[in-house]
Amino acid sequence: MNLHEYQARALLKSAGIPMLDGDVASTPSEAESIARRIGGKVVIKAQVHSGGRGKAGGVKLARNPGEAADHASQILGMTIKGLVVHRVLVVPAADIASESYVGIIMDRATQKPVFMVSSAGGIDIEEVAAKTPEKIVKMPVDPVYGLLPHQALTLGFALYQDFAQVRAAARIMEQLYRVFTENGASLAEINPLVTTPDQKVLALDAKISIDDNELDRRPDLALLRDESAEEPSEVTARRANLSFIKLDGNVGCVVNGAGLAMATMDLVKYYGGEPANFLDIGGSSNPEKVISALKIITSDPNVKAILFNIFGGITRTDDVANGLVAATQQFKVKVPIVIRLTGTNEAAAIKILEAVGMRALSDMDQAVEQVVRLARDAA
Amino acid sequence: MSIFIGEDTRLIVQGITGREGSFHTRQMLDYGTQVVAGVTPGKGGQTFESKVPVFNVVAEAVAKTRANTSVIYVPPAMAAGAIMEAADAGIRLIVCITEGVPVMDMSRTMPFVRARGVRLIGPNCPGLITPGASKVGIIPGNICAPGRVGLVSRSGTLTYEVVNHLTRSGIGQSTCVGIGGDPIIGTDFIDCLEAFQADSGTDAIVMIGEIGGTDEQNAAAFVKKSVTKPVVGFIAGQTAPKGRRMGHAGAIISGSSGTAEEKLAAFEAAGIGIMRRPADVISLLQTRL
Repeated sequence: MNLHEYQARALLKSAGIPMLDGDVASTPSEAESIARRIGGKVVIKAQVHSGGRGKAGGVKLARNPGEAADHASQILGMTIKGLVVHRVLVVPAADIASESYVGIIMDRATQKPVFMVSSAGGIDIEEVAAKTPEKIVKMPVDPVYGLLPHQALTLGFALYQDFAQVRAAARIMEQLYRVFTENGASLAEINPLVTTPDQKVLALDAKISIDDNELDRRPDLALLRDESAEEPSEVTARRANLSFIKLDGNVGCVVNGAGLAMATMDLVKYYGGEPANFLDIGGSSNPEKVISALKIITSDPNVKAILFNIFGGITRTDDVANGLVAATQQFKVKVPIVIRLTGTNEAAAIKILEAVGMRALSDMDQAVEQVVRLARDAA
Repeated sequence: MSIFIGEDTRLIVQGITGREGSFHTRQMLDYGTQVVAGVTPGKGGQTFESKVPVFNVVAEAVAKTRANTSVIYVPPAMAAGAIMEAADAGIRLIVCITEGVPVMDMSRTMPFVRARGVRLIGPNCPGLITPGASKVGIIPGNICAPGRVGLVSRSGTLTYEVVNHLTRSGIGQSTCVGIGGDPIIGTDFIDCLEAFQADSGTDAIVMIGEIGGTDEQNAAAFVKKSVTKPVVGFIAGQTAPKGRRMGHAGAIISGSSGTAEEKLAAFEAAGIGIMRRPADVISLLQTRL
């Protein structure tokens, strides 16, 4: 789960990381009064879960409160990479002497949190990593012992020469590591970490992603989820315990298991079609899940045909068949449905479907070819 | 022959009295797996299905039954503790089926497991099966058949799809291993490739990967260097959209965006036969066996 910048700032601030004052606004007049309170030049920053905000026009400098209101009214409601901006962050414009990059990620390869810092910070850090990887210092941290004092100092020395700044940076590393572990983050980034002309070290922007698996035991973090920042159908799906991603094609897909769901989308494309979604109904599926899945998919007007691809392992195919029958009795599905079922309780499933005049295929290729043809004919 | 499990597997089930644990224990017993004990704290002294003794702690179960393998079906918040308990009790192979284990927990658990020289498979995996001998986990036994093709996969149901193609075409399997799709897992592709290469009962290997990370690329490099048996592979997610990515650390750490193209190119360079779709496994294997 991605946090907004203003939420990430709050976590950093409570850990004691030095930052500029600032606040979040959801209307131009709120932005104006924050700007007035801060005084001087401010930066208005769109709060969306996407990189490239600046390039999209979502970050603007305002010289006075009036300009802050004007910029906020332009940015609020704008769309960045498909996401509507509902909030802006208003922060003082900083005088910057240098920009660095600091990040911690849970690294698959070392299976540890790994720090990455670079004195060549700013937005083009990926280019730095690709072209001059030697400018990025990486340091794995043993999660049992945590970030050790000499490691924090080493990271500080990688960024600064001035010893006061080195120590300030080392302290920030320790604080950021604590934010990372205490909140079960998979990513915590300060980009940029800046120095000011008066030698201070400050965090200007922060990005934090929380491991979704933490949310069950951390209701305080789960509350930070901003559903207005997500695709509405994806929110509905998550509430129904379905994993769903909306796409642009016209073949709706209902599949059990993420790998099989991706392979199904690949096969739709292989046979010349375009998937309308990724949808994983998960393992032990009850009929209710199938009903929710069908509702979500049929609410997309682009969908011209729907494919069910179920390989029953833990999932019982008769549960899915019952869900299909119940759903089609609850509401009329106006597009054709192609059903592929195989595995656990397959014979019972086929009987349930046949009783209401539905048919099921057992071969995945055959089913995908058929649904692609039906979608094409209907388009 | 086989890898990791076989006739000599003596299994305990952690979480045997739970909903998932009891259901799959019955399936494993039906398949012929030697389930020698179950563990549920507070339920020691009971007997599961009048066949399997239940103990309060793993150490006691191991002492009384000489178990060497454990499978875990406990809730996510308890999974890391269950893994460490099994490792501490002298279990040699731990298979964690539980989905949703916090990654931070796994990061702290892995050094503990490694320090005891124990193999962990998973978490968030379907387990493994040596057809005809032993099944540990949730892979449906009826779609598998004994034979000489080894299979390793990051996925669950996609594994079943491919195994089903194999069995229906008369190609049996030595062992099928689902390693799980979580960021931190105990056993990776390379561990399985190495074991299959050394296994006299395996003639060819099927590898099923997914987009994200660099495990498949590393595995391809390992195949090129150290695997002489034929390998065929699939990558799921070739058409998946690029996510709305936050931050830069993911790309910096791996030096890769983990796309299907990158992975398929690595397969190609390693001489791995590329499956464009699951059904291709048959023709690719037939030309190589």
